[in-house]
Amino acid sequence: MLKYTLIPLLPFISFLINILFGRNYIKDKAHWIAVPAVAGSFILAVSAFFDVLGGHDVNVNIYSWIVSGDFNVSVGFLIDQLSAIMLIVVTSISTLIFIYSIGYMHGDPGYYRFFAYLSLFVFSMLMLVMGNNFLVMYFGWEAVGLCSYFLIGFWFHKKSASDAGKKAFIVNRFGDFGFGLGVILIYLTFGSLEFMQVFDKAGSIAGQTINILGNDVNLITLICLLLFCGAVGKSAQLPLHVWLPDAMEGPTPVSALIHAATMVTAGVFMVARCNPLFSMSPVAMNTVAITGGLTAIFAATIALVQNDIKRVIAYSTVSQLGYMFLALGVGAYSAGIFHLYTHAYFKALLFLGSGSVIHALHHAGHHDEQNMQKMGGLKKYMPITYKVFILATLSITGIPFFSGFFSKDEILWRAYQGGDLGKFLWLLAALAALLTAFYSWRLIFLTFHGTFRGSHEHEHHIHESPPVITVPLMFLAFGAVFAGYVGIPPIFLEHGDRIGEFLAPVLGHPAGHGTHAEEIFVILVSIAVAVLGWMVAYNMYIKNTGLPQKLQDRFAPVHKLLFNKYYIDELYSKTLVQPMLKASDKIILGFDTYIIEGIVNGVPNLIGAFGRKFREVQTGMLSNYALVMAIGAVCIVGIWVFLK
Amino acid sequence: MEDIIYNQLGYSILSWTVFLPVLGALLLLFISNAGAVRWTTLAFTVANFFVAFPLLQHFDKTTHKMQFVEKVPWIPSWGINYFVGIDGISILFIFLTTILSVLCVLVSWKSIASKVKEFHIAILILEAAMLGVFASLDFFLFYIFWEAMLIPMFLIIGVWGGQNRLYATIKFFLYTLVGSVLMLVGIVVLYFAGGNTLDILALSNMHAQFPFQLQFWLFLAFFAAFAVKVPMFPVHTWLPDAHTEAPTAGSVILAGVLIKMGAYGFLRFSMPMLPDATKFFMGPIMVLSVIAIIYGALVCFAQKDFKRLIAYSSVSHMGYVTLGLFALNTQGVEGGILQMLNHGIITGAMFLMIGIIYERTHTRVIADYGGFAGLVPWFAGLFMILTFASVGLPATNGFIGEFLIMFGAFKANKILGVFAATGIILGAGYMLWLYQRIFFQDANPDYEASGHHPVRDLDLREVLTLVPLFVFVFWIGFYPNTFLEYMHASVEHLIQQMELTAVAGNENMIAKYIMEIF
Repeated sequence: MLKYTLIPLLPFISFLINILFGRNYIKDKAHWIAVPAVAGSFILAVSAFFDVLGGHDVNVNIYSWIVSGDFNVSVGFLIDQLSAIMLIVVTSISTLIFIYSIGYMHGDPGYYRFFAYLSLFVFSMLMLVMGNNFLVMYFGWEAVGLCSYFLIGFWFHKKSASDAGKKAFIVNRFGDFGFGLGVILIYLTFGSLEFMQVFDKAGSIAGQTINILGNDVNLITLICLLLFCGAVGKSAQLPLHVWLPDAMEGPTPVSALIHAATMVTAGVFMVARCNPLFSMSPVAMNTVAITGGLTAIFAATIALVQNDIKRVIAYSTVSQLGYMFLALGVGAYSAGIFHLYTHAYFKALLFLGSGSVIHALHHAGHHDEQNMQKMGGLKKYMPITYKVFILATLSITGIPFFSGFFSKDEILWRAYQGGDLGKFLWLLAALAALLTAFYSWRLIFLTFHGTFRGSHEHEHHIHESPPVITVPLMFLAFGAVFAGYVGIPPIFLEHGDRIGEFLAPVLGHPAGHGTHAEEIFVILVSIAVAVLGWMVAYNMYIKNTGLPQKLQDRFAPVHKLLFNKYYIDELYSKTLVQPMLKASDKIILGFDTYIIEGIVNGVPNLIGAFGRKFREVQTGMLSNYALVMAIGAVCIVGIWVFLK
Repeated sequence: MEDIIYNQLGYSILSWTVFLPVLGALLLLFISNAGAVRWTTLAFTVANFFVAFPLLQHFDKTTHKMQFVEKVPWIPSWGINYFVGIDGISILFIFLTTILSVLCVLVSWKSIASKVKEFHIAILILEAAMLGVFASLDFFLFYIFWEAMLIPMFLIIGVWGGQNRLYATIKFFLYTLVGSVLMLVGIVVLYFAGGNTLDILALSNMHAQFPFQLQFWLFLAFFAAFAVKVPMFPVHTWLPDAHTEAPTAGSVILAGVLIKMGAYGFLRFSMPMLPDATKFFMGPIMVLSVIAIIYGALVCFAQKDFKRLIAYSSVSHMGYVTLGLFALNTQGVEGGILQMLNHGIITGAMFLMIGIIYERTHTRVIADYGGFAGLVPWFAGLFMILTFASVGLPATNGFIGEFLIMFGAFKANKILGVFAATGIILGAGYMLWLYQRIFFQDANPDYEASGHHPVRDLDLREVLTLVPLFVFVFWIGFYPNTFLEYMHASVEHLIQQMELTAVAGNENMIAKYIMEIF
């Protein structure tokens, strides 16, 4: 038991030590506490994974958290196949990113603070994953949001950074609003918040409805949709995706760990965890699938034209998260988790690779260090970074025999099997895959190929990042290439889908029916779009470099729309934020100052006028007070006695 | 059936708790040196904490009965007794009051420079009166403490307050006066209706005899007093002025204890004595509470004054409290009581911190701040914790209270529960925006380390003042049962008392009566 408790506790201890003693004592040695702590968690997580593999699930309550009347919730852990995989993903990537940060954050005045927050994040994420009930999950859910807020706004003197942190937290609260209500509704329905008890009883409420404002709403659908609100916020799906691109204000290791590999996938994890509930509600499932499919294509279109290297990857993350929800929504839960797992490696690698580029340019004195239009030709200066970038890109675009191919293909194949809606979503996803290939290669070509578009002065100072940065990149590259081999489609290898079989006790077997020919067709389409996107990008950014500008001029309105992210931020600002601020300033405050104050001041003024008559005989406030009170009391008692 | 347990300790612990500060105040009359006054007051408030502490240790959590009871005839011809005792609802407030009083003395150490002796006498008398309110089981005694509490508060704001202190004082005074008068009327009526008794427990057990008509009007009379105190929308406008003008210690007591008196009144009087009327007014009060939550939060967005913003946020937070109480179920009521405690801790600590930073900057205008996280990092870190406790982040006390209230409210009325939950979005909005403007972004050059008024971080006295409250933020956040356990039996009893009366065709009678009125 101690072993499992230590998994989250080690990073928490690292947080406490660093936040309390970092500023004055530990300073630039913060990693000596943080890295061993998270590495320790990783080792314990691997051990826990083998426990589960050996058939030892854990579901245990540690202590009773909140007891009030018939409401009773404990803090407890559930370690089964699903959380075991999440534990491995979270702790392994955290360990690599912690090491990477030693180099990346070197010399930052907030070095100790960075490791403190990062440790707190790992603790929170582990609580989210390991919790055995909805409230512990909610605890982790909010706590990772808090860490995200801290880390996005890490350079808090920058207004843009503190704005972005605040935005992330508040947008997430919109989702949590639904999630929290969902949790309450679950307790009122099932009398428990423990996953196992709730899921066991789920069947008993099939078909029940709940009356809301005179409408009968299916109870299970309502619960699922409320929970899904939380997932939409945390995993940056439409329409709450707006915080994630802005979150790139944070240091790059944060983008890699929190905003690509782990935290943003919490929504996917949550829906997968609740699969017994979601599976009972076709409406909720379709909502999840459609939200995912639309987000996948929507975010991919924006990524086509962005120039900030991190923003391209951020939109790519939103898009890939869409794929995961698409998978969940068509009932292919294990495919969703499989993609979560492979995505964690290749996306963390993309972010850390871009961090390596930014780091190198920054140290070369380049000021526009995230703008790809000001890069180019970096491959000869940064060969390691370039190579790992290529591997990550091959993986994300779904080139056969790289991780991303296996997981993405499984999602596409499951979607294809899902009836008419499934076919439509498959089309969307395939189109998104085409766009993914295009923008991913565009990023490579703009950054690493061609000639450097900054100044010569800067070009001289660019050099490869130190080993503390490149070694974690190589480890992640290994994951980006080989992580997918745990899920080889059975069509290629009997029992190749090891991860699907491993997860089956929790997530079940997807009920698919399709012929081998169809499956081959889907795979060929995937490969075709991946290669097509690559070729188009090659043509536009290597061979025919004048073409992008021509296209941009030709389709200026489209480009503008995409470049400005469909103006959704502006829309929210105009329709939500500004009106609310204006209302509070003009209407509410005015109401408070003039109407309410006017009425209540009117009464005292009357009393005051009345009191002026008595002023001559009164000596001071207190006796005046007593007198008014006594007279009032006598009058009212008199009236009451009289009426009686 | 006796609902009391006579004092189980060998000495009159409650009387000592209540009157020790009075002794201190008397002693202060003979001390003239300001330093000695401060140390004496500190000694008395600390001693009072330790005198009261055995209450927590020896409290029997398994019963709803009044404990540590002392009952001595006082004015026998009117049936008035000196009657004190505490149950699971009041004990935590006694505890909170004794802690906050110590902190108020500490935080005033430097900021109160004139009329030091008078100030500390006022603080001690105020403490005694507040403790008396929570301990009284006789209406007469209660009313004396209730009124006695106002005078020192009124002086603290009026004498040691800010520039507009007179306006704020008079406003505070008039609001409370109207409420108090109506409550006095209510008490007198109850005295006759209950057969010439002012025994609060006896009256609570008599509710079945009070016809709905009587309950209806009595409820409104008490409501006037309590709603102003809470304060509930729309009688809240005295609070921002009083808070803004009060000296730090005054704001802390006001936020920490005084405004809890209203909610306490609902629990101690309205609900057990007037259960039918309580149930009748449940809906409207829940609606008013939700309005307070949303309205209070929206007004916060328009505030330009640091302290005033926190004052308005109290309106929103107290909206949660009344929402929980009037959900009339276990989770709502326990959440409401816990949230009262939480609000005392969080907002009390916030006012302490605002007072501390004001001593350095002499401004409360939000726009004058900026970048303080870099200038005073420890201060910024602690305020961050309060910010997130205030927005109800799990692992802080704010979450436990808010969640239980939301649970109770949702159980009682789903739509109101949903509206109340919007408060978690708005709360995060105004608090994080405030935090950003004070602590992030570019620093105000006036306060830079090299500027002409460099601000310094917390010193030891200030840290000692704040730390106890932060311990409770996390204690309640991680293990609220320590505190919830005290309430269970009493709250359960309260809920039962109200359920018992739902019989005997009251609904018809109520409907008939309402038709008569309108």
